[in-house]
Amino acid sequence: MTQTNFESKNVVPSSIAQVGIITKYTLLDYVRSRRFFIMLTITALISVLLTVLVGYYRPAGFLTSELGFYSSWWGTSVTFVIILSGIFFGGDAISGEFQNKTGYFGVPNPIRRSSIYIGKWIAAFIASIAILGVFTAVTLGNGLYYFSGVPSQFGESLLFALLYLVAVLGFTFFFSSLFKSSSMSILLTAILFLFVFTLIQQLVAGLVQIEPWFILTYGSQIIGNVLTSPYPPNITTASLRPGGGGPTLTTYNATIPEGLAIMGIYFVITAVVGLILFERKEFN
Amino acid sequence: MPSIEAVNLTKQYGAFTALSGLNLKIEGTKCVGFLGPNGAGKTTALKMFTDLIRPTKGEALINGVNVHTEKKKALASVGTLIETPEIYSSLTPREALTMIAEIRGIPHTERKKRVEDVVAELRMEEWIDKRVGKFSKGMKQRICIASALLNDPTVVLLDEPTTGLDPRGMSEVRDIIKALKGKNRLIFMSSHILSEVSDVCDEVAMINHGKLIIYDTLPHVTAKFSGGNNVVEVGLMRPVDNQIVTKTIAGFPDVVAAEKIGDKDLKISFSGGLEVQERLLNDIVKLNIGVVSYKPASSELEDVYLKLITATL
Ligand SMILES: Nc1ncnc2c1ncn2[C@@H]1O[C@H](COP(=O)(O)OP(=O)(O)OP(=O)(O)O)[C@@H](O)[C@H]1O
Ligand SMILES: [Mg+2]
Repeated sequence: MTQTNFESKNVVPSSIAQVGIITKYTLLDYVRSRRFFIMLTITALISVLLTVLVGYYRPAGFLTSELGFYSSWWGTSVTFVIILSGIFFGGDAISGEFQNKTGYFGVPNPIRRSSIYIGKWIAAFIASIAILGVFTAVTLGNGLYYFSGVPSQFGESLLFALLYLVAVLGFTFFFSSLFKSSSMSILLTAILFLFVFTLIQQLVAGLVQIEPWFILTYGSQIIGNVLTSPYPPNITTASLRPGGGGPTLTTYNATIPEGLAIMGIYFVITAVVGLILFERKEFN
Repeated sequence: MPSIEAVNLTKQYGAFTALSGLNLKIEGTKCVGFLGPNGAGKTTALKMFTDLIRPTKGEALINGVNVHTEKKKALASVGTLIETPEIYSSLTPREALTMIAEIRGIPHTERKKRVEDVVAELRMEEWIDKRVGKFSKGMKQRICIASALLNDPTVVLLDEPTTGLDPRGMSEVRDIIKALKGKNRLIFMSSHILSEVSDVCDEVAMINHGKLIIYDTLPHVTAKFSGGNNVVEVGLMRPVDNQIVTKTIAGFPDVVAAEKIGDKDLKISFSGGLEVQERLLNDIVKLNIGVVSYKPASSELEDVYLKLITATL
């Protein structure tokens, strides 16, 4: 019996090569579907708004010191840009395959589901990096207009921001593989990142008075904190009554190792669980 | 030889059994029709052959390879169309199909031509560089069929491939499927269009309530349930007397039964081949009852289908 008779002449590419194929076409889809440009426009709007406000009102917080400038400009808004990117590119990455039935086109092919997941993740990461790049360029452009140098802490902050992006995308992909409805996964991810995480963080810190080390947004504080000098203390307890005594308020600030660990662990856990969920999820 | 095999293949949704212990081995170059009423479990079975869902028990094998545990290997040379897939709406057929071609490892040098060829085969050349988002249902279906044929697969799994196509599209797809048989391919397709199945399939597998009822060659299946007789349908231009049908025609040599199926339509079953069929036509015409058409009944498979399905309800 001749085996070759019916076997395919095509050699199915390695899983790694297939990851690249998925990344390429997902990026093409982002560009074509205008998803990328909408996100770019939002980033541009935030940038223009900041540029105009700082240029016109010349707020002291921005303009008294180099570090203060980067802390006020970058430290307060970059996490927002990252979260938006995560929602835009990751919010329905997996759920959309089920809801829109595009999975029926791609999945029944000689390709592992993990290659599809990872390929889409990398595409979302690249697209978000481009967005983050634009925001970084605008930040630096303004910074160099007002001050001559760039503080070394900005480099650190940028690296932390990248790690945060990785963690946020890990989380949004995980969340989007929990659901079969795109709008549901997008909405819940947005609510979680924009309100719930911060709310829990404040409740835990303020009422329960323990350090909210298990909240991703708490870890992301290091992006802004590294730009303040001196670095804020891990735990501060202040009295609420002038002159001391009475009820106290404890505030927590993630230390750099803590922040890195929180973001890193969030990524690893959500990536693994998200992959397993997608592997096991049924198209029905 | 290409093959697909279900070994005790079972799918349960909670307490509900969508497919129950399907054992079926199909091997060789042929087209097998997969029949059964709505909800019988056809799509469920096909989804397990493409790893869209996991079996609760048992396994699905393609060319001897387990689809769930070794998906990449099992589907290496398979073309599939399950339910109605959607394509990323911002991509064009050329881009979407090139993506599939890359995933399946069609060499770089052949990709462009293969994509253009299958698109032409499905008569979508004009649309190859337009975005899929604005396509009609049938146009998308054509692209999905094109994607199933893209890598010249040895095994083709199709779930109601002609739904949504216009009449010409249906007949074109049938011709494509017939042509595949000539190329050493195994085609397994579900369908509700029995005339289509009689036309293109060599064998049929029928399921109901998640259980296999019969799997045999088309002639065997029809012969087994029509008692080995042939059936012709006669169309008349005016109503005919009952007597003539039940007495005269039923009394002709070799005629097993004759009945009116409408005011001006008769159904006659007879034993014997083409000679008997010709003599019978002569005899009926001589009766001067206004014969305007005379053709072998196309509903043979339908009869079998209805008999089998009601028997298992
Ligand atoms: N996710 C699910 N949960 C529960 N039951 C399901 C699910 N998917 C399918 N079923 C049931 O499984 C049975 C088989 O469905 P299937 O889609 O395989 O039928 P089919 O033979 O393809 O029917 P049709 O001819 O209508 O396409 C049906 O009764 C259906 O209700
Ligand atoms: Mg079906």
